[in-house]
Amino acid sequence: MKEFAFYPGCSSEKNASASNMENSVHHMCEMLGVKLKEIDDWNCCSASIGYAGGGHLPRLALTARNFALSKQQMGDSPVVASCAACWLALRETNERMHEEPGVKENLNTALKEAGLSYDGKLEVKHLVELLVDDAYVGFDALKAKVTKPLTGVKMAGYVGCQTNRPFGIAGDNYENPEYLDRMIEACGATAVPFPKKVACCGGALAFSENEKSCDLIKDILQSAVDNGAEVIVTPCPVCQLNVEVYQEKVNKLFGTNFAIPVVYYSQLFVLAWGGGWKKAALDQQVVPADVLKKFA
Amino acid sequence: MAYDLSFAKEVYKTSEVGYWIKMCMQCGVCAGSCPLGPHWEHSPRQLFQLVRAGKMEEVLKSDSMWMCTSCYNCIVRCPRGLPITHIVHGLARLAVEKGMADPKQPTRRFAVEVFWDNITSTGRVGEAGLTMKLYFIDGIGPGIQRGLEMKNQALGMLKTKRLNPIPFRSKIKGFAGFKAMLDKAFELEAKKESNA
Ligand code: SF4
Ligand code: SF4
Repeated sequence: MKEFAFYPGCSSEKNASASNMENSVHHMCEMLGVKLKEIDDWNCCSASIGYAGGGHLPRLALTARNFALSKQQMGDSPVVASCAACWLALRETNERMHEEPGVKENLNTALKEAGLSYDGKLEVKHLVELLVDDAYVGFDALKAKVTKPLTGVKMAGYVGCQTNRPFGIAGDNYENPEYLDRMIEACGATAVPFPKKVACCGGALAFSENEKSCDLIKDILQSAVDNGAEVIVTPCPVCQLNVEVYQEKVNKLFGTNFAIPVVYYSQLFVLAWGGGWKKAALDQQVVPADVLKKFA
Repeated sequence: MAYDLSFAKEVYKTSEVGYWIKMCMQCGVCAGSCPLGPHWEHSPRQLFQLVRAGKMEEVLKSDSMWMCTSCYNCIVRCPRGLPITHIVHGLARLAVEKGMADPKQPTRRFAVEVFWDNITSTGRVGEAGLTMKLYFIDGIGPGIQRGLEMKNQALGMLKTKRLNPIPFRSKIKGFAGFKAMLDKAFELEAKKESNA
């Protein structure tokens, strides 16, 4: 398979909050033969709260610079992102360059100051889109690699917001996307019904409105547990972080006793493909995923 | 009191995609979609009607917009196709620009004083520095207290190598160009506003 330009984003850096995602993604892609080449010198996309300090153009300029660097370094290669917010920023910037009058011109005026330019035409893919699409990988190939099926483990597929809305994973629907459940099943595990599948964890507001967000997180955890899940699986670094690390706080606030592991789809694949505990970055869980130990 | 439409006109012209507000049919689908709905003083639907009625203070001083989690429920559901998330973000930004947002509003503070500063001073998020600054925004005392409350989470993140113990990050290589690009983007953005 050809090489793709890769935009990992800030949370996937070494020693950052989603380094467990990045480490498992790295090994997952290696095992699949998908080559991702990091865009050199990329900058932050400003995620979902960049609007307050960066407004409209400066916020979009951040992402336009990443595209321009990608184009310079990797030509017409699609830009692949593993982070929900990064992917959304890339898709949004392209869309607004095309649909809103003046945006493309203004962004290029700003980019010129950095000696760069961008025409808004690079294709954008979420890593998940490569996995579920037969043209690249596809479910059959994902299943064929399984050597240690995660048989008997019940999992809640937590898609969350930004891997789902507003752009969606190609061909799936907003209110009940199915790709994540299919990934869980492809690993040999059982996907339980999960009414909070596309509910919001509070996103960046978990920082600034922590207790209000913990209320949302509690409902997500409760729904997973009520439906028999032993593990929550997600593609999103914000969902993973919020739903995992605030369990203790939720327990304190609401008198609950949640201790349910929250892992990335990429960790499941590496494990089910026989990659072992460390390559799956399962040693990087704050709530230990002991129920998966026997597959390591 | 007669309606004063100057605020509505200003929003249509200068607030990010604010002109879309004209298209709202007040169905309330968005109002039922916000995850923190009960905490919104005015729902998106109400905000849009207040804009149309020229109620600048009620809109810009409200902390409603700051309750937006960017979940994008509203965007995929609005029957009139309004880009609601961006409109709400635009109104929040307008409140910042006009100095009307409550300085104590926690999300405003986090987003403007901590986050934007953090990413634009180096080009990338420094998570450790971000967390520290957020904790200590009210000074040392409350900072230590907040730090203690979150001690176990922070330790868990450190132990699993998901938090950098050193709250320092170096600038991206192209920082000078990055900075010049942002300065220009802000200049263009201001021009758009003064055209109003
Ligand atoms: S969903 Fe759309 S049309 Fe309905 S009230 Fe909200 S913005 Fe207006
Ligand atoms: S994106 Fe914001 S305005 Fe829209 S439903 Fe979510 S919280 Fe409400």
